[in-house]
Amino acid sequence: MLKLEDINVFYGNIQALTDVNIEIYEGEIIALIGANGAGKTTTLMAISAIIPQKTGKIFFMGEDLRNRSPDQIVSLGISHVPEGRHIFPHLTVSENLDLGAFLRKDKKMIKEDMEYLYNLFPILAKRKNQKGGTLSGGEQQMLAISRALMAKPRLLLLDEPSLGLAPIIVKQIFEIIKKINKESNTTIFLVEQNANLALKVSFRGYVMENGKIIFKGPSDGLIKNKKIKSAYLGL
Amino acid sequence: MFKLSEIIKSIAVSAWFMFLTFPILVIKVNTYEKTIDWRWKNMILIGIASFFLSFLWRYMLKQKEYGSDKKKSKASSFFKNTVKNPKFYTSSIVLILCLIIAFPFVFSIYQTNIMTSALMYVVLGLGLNIVVGLAGLLDLGYVAFFAVGAYSYALLNHHFGITFFMALPIGALLGAFFGILLGFPVLRLKGDYLAIVTLGFGEIIRLILENWNDFSFGPSGIANIPKPSFFGINLSIYETTTYMYFIMILLVFLTVFVVNRLEDSRIGRAWIALKEDEVACQAMGIDKTKTKLYAFATGAAWAGLAGVVFAAKTSFINPASFTFLESAIILSLIVLGGMGSIFGVITGAFIFILLPEYLRAFSDYRMLVFGAAMVLMMVFRPQGIIKKRRRFYKISDSGGKKQR
Repeated sequence: MLKLEDINVFYGNIQALTDVNIEIYEGEIIALIGANGAGKTTTLMAISAIIPQKTGKIFFMGEDLRNRSPDQIVSLGISHVPEGRHIFPHLTVSENLDLGAFLRKDKKMIKEDMEYLYNLFPILAKRKNQKGGTLSGGEQQMLAISRALMAKPRLLLLDEPSLGLAPIIVKQIFEIIKKINKESNTTIFLVEQNANLALKVSFRGYVMENGKIIFKGPSDGLIKNKKIKSAYLGL
Repeated sequence: MFKLSEIIKSIAVSAWFMFLTFPILVIKVNTYEKTIDWRWKNMILIGIASFFLSFLWRYMLKQKEYGSDKKKSKASSFFKNTVKNPKFYTSSIVLILCLIIAFPFVFSIYQTNIMTSALMYVVLGLGLNIVVGLAGLLDLGYVAFFAVGAYSYALLNHHFGITFFMALPIGALLGAFFGILLGFPVLRLKGDYLAIVTLGFGEIIRLILENWNDFSFGPSGIANIPKPSFFGINLSIYETTTYMYFIMILLVFLTVFVVNRLEDSRIGRAWIALKEDEVACQAMGIDKTKTKLYAFATGAAWAGLAGVVFAAKTSFINPASFTFLESAIILSLIVLGGMGSIFGVITGAFIFILLPEYLRAFSDYRMLVFGAAMVLMMVFRPQGIIKKRRRFYKISDSGGKKQR
């Protein structure tokens, strides 16, 4: 479904990604794990073209994503939940969700999807008319995920959904990620520092270090791998 | 009752004020008789006044920090109830409409003229409000688009005899065109840098108009710009003034209507979102470039419209009418009135344009009062006189009724 071929990204003189190759099939949950500054977020930014300077090729459903602007990529069906949530603090929850559907024109379906998400996250329905900035961290993360889902993506890019959240909430969110994957058959590309959780949820995983993919394979295999265990799982 | 420390503080303040105002208010050099008047009385007055005012100042600051909520909420709930009462609402609207219509027939030409220019600033303020208040792009060269509108009517009329009503849409379109022209290079800039570049753009337009003699007739300007005709009938001065007033009223209504609709539209929502978080906007599929250009173009179109009216109203324009000071005035009336709020901008425009006119008796102190008012505003009510209230919809369980 999504294929990254030899992606290189530079910030000025600094090379952030070196020859990254990733392939994602439809319906999967894929985890990308790694330490701080490994290039995980940069990979996602390169896919959604928020960082324009890159070499290499990205294909989505057979289409070349080169020279596409971020909004075109969203319209192709890739939604990005940025790291640190990035909700609109002065807009209400429902307005935040409405902006998620910015590119869609089918008003009826938008309403239905909003109802579906309110069922998925009942707390958001309660906070409908509250400003986004007044939500707690976990609620904001839920809002960010729902907002991305409002675009009806085929591929959801999740950047650090566990960032700064209490363990119980993290668990809840991961349950819902699984649910979204199952119920609406949305492919999910998950970037996480919490390697343990991410590998438990995902089908396959990639491990990144200094801008390079150093391991890849089925998640249960990666969990057992001794090197990964010591470096990322702290066992 | 008062603590000693507070009294000492106030004494210090009054001493400082006496020292500051000493050169202007105490010493008066009589150059004719070559003597110096020492006006010690002034110094004492200043000392006493600042002593008591400093108490008031601290009391107000405290009020702002805590406490005052209780009183306010009572008053505001009373206010809300009267406003919500439909009888009161409709009758007040009718009253305001009657006032608007009766105004030129009751008051003198002079008053009508002042009112017309105040309305012009309402349109300008609402236009700039789209760029600054909604999209959050600080534009310090807004008056350039105003100039574009004014000159487009003046020049097109001079060369091709284009009438006022034909010039209105042309002025707006040209304004929007220049808005896009400015928009393209500045899209990457943010905050301070954007302000500097727009400031530069405003000056460029003014300097071009001043120096390109063959095109714009330079600093001498263009005179004898015709006023709008009323279906081919020539009107007396009194009638034209009234006519201009009503044209301006219609334009204000149009602007308020459009801006109000824009705020609730998708593009308006996108502007607000863009102001809050650019990365998130991109992730949502909002085209940053297009959205910003729309904001610049729509804002500039209103300035072009107001420019055409300005040229017709004064019947003489030259580059001196389009200095940076104008941009600053338009921007400050938005800030004073309440950024982003339509009603606030209207209030701000009236206060800003009407007060100086009616306070001509104190014109020597105008700038002093102006500066003091700005400082007080920023300390006690930084959101502006009328705070922007975002509209939200409550969906009750029994049937969806929307409410403000």
